[in-house]
Amino acid sequence: MDKPKIELKLPVIPEMELIATHTAEVIGKHMGLSDDQAAEIGMALIEACINAFEHSLSTNNVFIHFIIDDESLIIKVIDQGIGFDKSKVEIPKIENKLAGERKRGWGLQLIKELVDSVEFESTQEGTTVTMIKKKNL
Amino acid sequence: MSSFNVETKEVNNIVVITTDGYLNNFGGEQIAAVCTQKMSEGKNKFLLNMGNTKVVNSIGVSILIEIIEKLQQVDGKLGYCNLAPIVDKTFKIMGISKYSSIFENEEAGINTL
Repeated sequence: MDKPKIELKLPVIPEMELIATHTAEVIGKHMGLSDDQAAEIGMALIEACINAFEHSLSTNNVFIHFIIDDESLIIKVIDQGIGFDKSKVEIPKIENKLAGERKRGWGLQLIKELVDSVEFESTQEGTTVTMIKKKNL
Repeated sequence: MSSFNVETKEVNNIVVITTDGYLNNFGGEQIAAVCTQKMSEGKNKFLLNMGNTKVVNSIGVSILIEIIEKLQQVDGKLGYCNLAPIVDKTFKIMGISKYSSIFENEEAGINTL
């Protein structure tokens, strides 16, 4: 039997990422996740969505798939943007950010810290971020 | 679009900024504008009461890093109180808690800053 799946299609409009977090909250409750786990998923989703929006054209959409598994929630954030080279993304450090011009660039690090696993597949046609959050059994 | 509001008061020479709403780039810029204005008036201690800010993003928090940098130049201090657990965790992951202070509540922040 196919796993339950929820799909969202978000236009590239500021704050649409909040729709994704609200959806994650409902799914988290359905799955019996703790409030902290749900909040961590929501924060990771916000970061994945704002990265996707930044890489996309205003006419693109961002697609989010929530796949409910027995022991985990799998979330895919799919954009149609220009892609990025993960090897060129530096691990941010607060000391460098305070001293440097560019204060931003925390999204991928936050995602890595907030979910149990994350994978990035990026080409010139778009990027898919796959995040997995395990249930506390 | 969600709204973000700030209310400002001064207690014991500390500027207390109470936030309400999603701290993204727009929210961060509102906080920065208040801090810049108050710093021009000679204030250098700021406490953000974020009890009504349950959601943040890294762009909004990056603007707080700009504020910390400016406060370092005037021997100032920035603190936060009433943080939601996920906001507290985000601040710790980003490391800003090393250069600013997290307090349980407003009273503790005012007494310590």
